[in-house]
Amino acid sequence: FKAATLIQRWYRRYVARLEMRRQCTWSIFQSIEYAGQQDQIKVRWNESGLPLALLSSPWAAKPRCSKGDFLDRMFTEERFHQDAEMEKYSDYESIEVPDSYTGPHLSFPLLPDHATALVEAFRLKQQLHARYVLNLLHETRKHLAQLPNINRLSTCYSEEITVCGDLHGQLDDLIFIFYKTHGKKILRTLQDVFCWLPLATLVDEKVLILHGGVSNRTDLELLAKLNRHKIVSTLRYKMRKENEKQAEEKRKANQTSSAQAPTPWFLPQSRSLPSSPFHLRSDKAHKTSRSSSIPCGAPLERKESSWQVQHSVGLELERCQQQAAFPVILEKEEPLLLTSKADDVAGERPEPTREEWKQVVDILWSDPMTQEGCKANTVRGGGCYFGPDVTEQLLQKYNLQLLIRSHECKPEGYEFCHNRKVLTIFSASNYYEVGSNRGAYVKLGPSLSPHIVQYQANKATHMLTMRQRQDISMNDFRKKKLQISRVEESALRALREKLFAHSSDLLDEFKKHDADKTGLITLNDWAAAVESVLHLGLPWRMLWSQLVNTSMDNALEYRSWLEDLAKEQLSHENIQSSLLETLYRNRSNLETIFRIIDSDHSGFISLDEFRQTWKLFSSHMNIDITDDCICDLARSIDFNKDGHIDINEFLEAFRLVEQSCSEGQASDCPQSTNANDSDCNSSGAP
Amino acid sequence: MAEDKDREELALAEFHKKIKEAFEVFDHESNNTVDVREIGTIIRSLGCCPSEGELHDLLAEVEEEEPTGYIRYEKFLPVMTKVLQERRYRPIPEDVLLRAFEVLDSAKHGFLTKEELVKYMTEEGEPFSQEEMEEMLSAAIDPESNSINYKEYITMMVIDEN
Repeated sequence: FKAATLIQRWYRRYVARLEMRRQCTWSIFQSIEYAGQQDQIKVRWNESGLPLALLSSPWAAKPRCSKGDFLDRMFTEERFHQDAEMEKYSDYESIEVPDSYTGPHLSFPLLPDHATALVEAFRLKQQLHARYVLNLLHETRKHLAQLPNINRLSTCYSEEITVCGDLHGQLDDLIFIFYKTHGKKILRTLQDVFCWLPLATLVDEKVLILHGGVSNRTDLELLAKLNRHKIVSTLRYKMRKENEKQAEEKRKANQTSSAQAPTPWFLPQSRSLPSSPFHLRSDKAHKTSRSSSIPCGAPLERKESSWQVQHSVGLELERCQQQAAFPVILEKEEPLLLTSKADDVAGERPEPTREEWKQVVDILWSDPMTQEGCKANTVRGGGCYFGPDVTEQLLQKYNLQLLIRSHECKPEGYEFCHNRKVLTIFSASNYYEVGSNRGAYVKLGPSLSPHIVQYQANKATHMLTMRQRQDISMNDFRKKKLQISRVEESALRALREKLFAHSSDLLDEFKKHDADKTGLITLNDWAAAVESVLHLGLPWRMLWSQLVNTSMDNALEYRSWLEDLAKEQLSHENIQSSLLETLYRNRSNLETIFRIIDSDHSGFISLDEFRQTWKLFSSHMNIDITDDCICDLARSIDFNKDGHIDINEFLEAFRLVEQSCSEGQASDCPQSTNANDSDCNSSGAP
Repeated sequence: MAEDKDREELALAEFHKKIKEAFEVFDHESNNTVDVREIGTIIRSLGCCPSEGELHDLLAEVEEEEPTGYIRYEKFLPVMTKVLQERRYRPIPEDVLLRAFEVLDSAKHGFLTKEELVKYMTEEGEPFSQEEMEEMLSAAIDPESNSINYKEYITMMVIDEN
């Protein structure tokens, strides 16, 4: 019947185009994210804890590298410090707890009652004093360092085990909060703690849970016996040497005099999502599977939350491992950088073998693929892509039923693949943008059949709405459509901002394609130019119509287009546009930096501090910004002209933060599917 | 003649670039392959509007001898280029679409009941799956009257596209 076919044909095309738009939007977010991971900045501190110098990552000044290189670049970064320094920084005993402190007090060993009290305190929006945080971290690290590399859990202690995936954004807040209190010390200890988390977990000896994936040489027995002390201490030693060398060179180059070279401090990349009040997420998933709100003392509890903590710091662990310069698995099995340096220090430290290195990188970085086989993961620059045959092999070898991993954002929060033998679970909902994706976690009962729970934070009501996995309902399509356009709009906005941030480079590129100086550029050339500057690997030709407003079919007046981009972003005309470009390009770091400068956490920094920071920033980023310009900038954001800058206003004024962070925002309350559960977990930001 | 040839080559280059871009959006592992289930989406987003049968035929051309579940770019490009050059599977103009609905609306009410639409879409032509039917209904149906005013529906969808 022709009429029906016609309609069906048309409809299917409509759906396909919607799907293409959705996928493009996803690509935009993802490529911006991966690109952003290369732009990390470090701050160098002097003795008194003031910023001495800002170090840009080595590649920031160079042309952007492709996705695959980024792990490779991480090689030259170091972050670890000596054990002695470690002790110094975790000297919590010297921290005084003032009498005025009303929060919870901790003593070790921690009893279940203490843990309960702690959770209660957080629910009442109290804060834990820095001394106790450090103490807690210290004890945790001691405990974790003794734990085996592979964790074993069993469902016979409790009815269920909950597994969640990457929690991303929440962790940034966590680290942020830590930083603002006794900052460096806590952060260093925390990062050290991460190194000792178990590499994998086995449930009932049947379900394997890890962060990334496996490869055809993954060997659980080897992993179990792996001596991480060896790896970590070797890295520290090497990295310290490397760091000292770099510090020497930097010192000679900058002629910065300082008593001793402090270890550059790695700042976690703060996401562009607004910082929200700190949520004690590690409890959330756990709570929704239980009817009582008080954690019981069963041994499983601790393991459960440590497991959640592991996944929730999964990304951070990744970064740790990156920073620790784990070797890159290259296609042609070229000699690993680290092993060549190993020759220099051979004999001084016990070296981990190449096999051991690869094991760890594989389980942290690998992704599943649909095709059979096992090949290097060039997109991430480490680990591999493993096919269903590799999974099958591994599962059979160790008599396992299922592999659960995280590491990749999925629109529905979870995804099965490899014949339902591999489950990817991702717990950060709205990861890229509100409405971009659901989060999910999985529950395993004694039968070990996975039961998935999805959720998505709803910005309007700050509620987490739960829903069980079910077929698409009638209303979903409409919602889906709306969501796609909204998320798309946000992606395009982010993209336009990125374009603006590279205006000068873009102009240069466009000019190259315009030898006749017509002021016009064709679609083809535009696409080529944009890609060569941004290196995002996006379908530019498809995005042309959405990014470019031109009356001509195939040509663009690029100058006015760039000006339009600027107008969209600019809120202050008297600010030099190259300065603004810089602000935007480093937006994710700026917020963090400013908050660090605000050492008394008042939300205000003095004009002088601001200028000083800015000068450092611009000199290390090789940007030519005049003193006058900085003064202008400072003055213009000193809204009440009192010599102080309100950081939030500053960031908002330049729309560097999407929305203001209001302290003590409403908490996220999961509407659980269990009748008697409606816990709210939140903690006010300091 | 030389000019014509240049123009042809330019046009060809254009097609290649378009096809490559669309293909790469679904090439998640950056290895020049896409899942076979995404081919329909890719082809449709390149401006074509094939029927399921036509899609099936195209697939046969781009698949490997032993179907692997994924399609390689090397095979896809020449086939798709020809499709674009020959301007096959052109999209359906609005008025033709409207007339198609009117044919189904035998009583000329100006709308279709839910039952009617479901019957036609799931029993005639190239039937919708349950999921597709529900999706279409959710956007098209007026919950109060439980019917579909197809003229309005078409207009809304067309605006959406642009």
